[in-house]
Amino acid sequence: MKIHEYQAKQIFAEGGIPVPPGDMATTPLEALAIAQRVGKPVMVKAQVHVGGRGKAGGIKYAENAEAAKVLAQNILGMDIKGLTVKKVLVTAAEDIITESYVGIILDRTTKQPVIMVSPAGGVDIEEVAAKTPEKIFKLYVDPVLSLKSYQARNLAYKLYRDINQVRQASDIIIKLYDVFWKVDASLAEINALITNPSGEVIALDAKINIDDNGLFRQREVAAMRDPDAEEPSEVQAREADLTYIKLDGNIGCIVNGAGLAMATMDLVKRYGGEPANFLDIGGSSSPQKVVTAMSIILSDSNVEAILINIFGGITRCDDVANGILTAFRELKPSIPVVVRLTGTNEREAANILKSVNLPYADTLDNVVKKAIELAGME
Amino acid sequence: MSIFINKKTKVLVQGITGRDGSFHATQMKDYGSNVVGGVTPGKGGSKVADIPVFNTMEEAVSKTGANTSVVYVPPAFTVDAIYEAVDAGIKLVVCITEGIPANDMMKVYPYVKAKGARLIGPNCPGLISPDESKVGIMPGTIVKKGHVGVVSRSGTLTYEAIWALTQAGLGQTTCIGIGGDQVIGTNFIDCLEAFENDQATKAVVMIGEIGGSDEEIAAEYIKKNLSKPVVAFIAGQTAPPGKRMGHAGAIISGGSGTAAEKIAALNKVGVPVAGSPTEIPAVLKELMSKAGKKAAGTVKKPAAKKAAKAATKKTATKAKVKKTTAKAAAKKKPSTKKTTSKRKNK
Repeated sequence: MKIHEYQAKQIFAEGGIPVPPGDMATTPLEALAIAQRVGKPVMVKAQVHVGGRGKAGGIKYAENAEAAKVLAQNILGMDIKGLTVKKVLVTAAEDIITESYVGIILDRTTKQPVIMVSPAGGVDIEEVAAKTPEKIFKLYVDPVLSLKSYQARNLAYKLYRDINQVRQASDIIIKLYDVFWKVDASLAEINALITNPSGEVIALDAKINIDDNGLFRQREVAAMRDPDAEEPSEVQAREADLTYIKLDGNIGCIVNGAGLAMATMDLVKRYGGEPANFLDIGGSSSPQKVVTAMSIILSDSNVEAILINIFGGITRCDDVANGILTAFRELKPSIPVVVRLTGTNEREAANILKSVNLPYADTLDNVVKKAIELAGME
Repeated sequence: MSIFINKKTKVLVQGITGRDGSFHATQMKDYGSNVVGGVTPGKGGSKVADIPVFNTMEEAVSKTGANTSVVYVPPAFTVDAIYEAVDAGIKLVVCITEGIPANDMMKVYPYVKAKGARLIGPNCPGLISPDESKVGIMPGTIVKKGHVGVVSRSGTLTYEAIWALTQAGLGQTTCIGIGGDQVIGTNFIDCLEAFENDQATKAVVMIGEIGGSDEEIAAEYIKKNLSKPVVAFIAGQTAPPGKRMGHAGAIISGGSGTAAEKIAALNKVGVPVAGSPTEIPAVLKELMSKAGKKAAGTVKKPAAKKAAKAATKKTATKAKVKKTTAKAAAKKKPSTKKTTSKRKNK
């Protein structure tokens, strides 16, 4: 799960990491009040879950509170890469002497958290990694032993010469590591970590991604989810316990299992169509899940045909068939629906579906081809 | 022959009284697995499908002599269940449960390893050795005893591939789902190594997906260590970057972990990647017939056996065995029992 910069900064502040003063605003008047409270020039930053906010004009400098109000007016409602800005962060503008990078991610290969620091901060770190890998320093941390002070200090020395700044930075690195564990982060990043003219080290930006699997024990963090920043249909799917990701194609896919769902999408492309979505109805699917899945896909006007591909293991084909039957009764789809149900209770499923007379396919490849054909694509 | 599990495997079901636990305990037993008990705290003394239930793993292991456990408990309690299993002396823990925080798994993994145990999963369908044993949730109806080893990060996609193999007359030694999470206990190369060392396995099917770099690492491993033909399938060519595709580990992040990279890495080391799961059998058959002459060379000569005994380092052993067998190609088939059992004990 992604959270906004203002939320990540709240978590940083609670964890003792220095961040510039500021707050989130949803109206120009709120922005004005925050800027007045800050009492110095501010940055007005669009809060959307995409990179490149600055380039899109979503991050601006305001000399005073009145200017912040005007900027907030402009930025709120702005469209950045298809997302409407509904919140801005109004935060004290800092004079920057140096810009560094500090980030922690889970390294899948070593199964350990890796801390990365770079004196080349403030820019896209992946670009730094690609062009000047020698400017990135990594430390793999033993998750059982945890981060040691000397390790953090060694990393801090890669960024600063001045002992005061080294001390501040190593303190920040230790606190960031604690935050990473505390909130079940899959990524915790400060880009840029700056020094100002008075020699203070401050987290100018904050980014935290949360491991979805940790949300069950992270109530406060889970409450930070911003449905406005997500595709409405994906929110609806999640509430129904479905995994759905919207794409731009014409063939709607309802599949059980994530791997099979991906493979089905790939075959749609291979046989000349474009997948409209990823949708995994999961194991032991209740008929109701199928109904919700159908209604979500039918609400996408790009979809010209739907394919349902089920390989029954735990999932029983008759459950899915009952769901399809209900979906037809309730939703009356006007586009073709092609079905392939194989595995557990497939015969019962075929009987159930007799009454709706759906195009049936016997194999994975055939259900895909049939759907494309009926969508008028081939 | 098979890897990790066989007829002798004695299985305990952790969370046996739950909905999934009781259903699959019954299914495993019906398949013929030796399910010797289950554990649910507070339900000790009861029975599920005639399987005795114990309160603790310690008690269950001491009373049944089980060496394997399968975990169906809810995510909030799973990590504890894994620790409990290895502390009770279980050597193979198969974790079916989905939704375990990755940060917990980072701590579990080194612990299990230090105890000399193996963890498969989490978030996996488990494994099945046809006609021998099934530990997990794979449907027993789709497998058939034979000579192909199957390893996969997925569930139903694996069933699709297995079913295609079975229909094409290609039976399996062991089919294993290693799980779709970011941090998993057993990865591709662990399974590839086991399949290489398993005499009955003549070829391997490897099913990967987007996210991480396990497939690339596996490709390197195959190049260096595998004498048996390998066919792959990679899911997620049409997956958009930055989105978690159902599995926690199936995500293209920072532009890496794409299907294209993985396919390229596999092709580079001579591993063909099937265009559809249903085409795996055809690709495999072609590869096996090509490797027909080479396959005769995989039989180990006594001389190679001696070399294997003498050498202490595994990698060195393998290199030697390979060289000798290449020379000894098309010679008479010697008994290989000793070598095999020795390797299994490692």
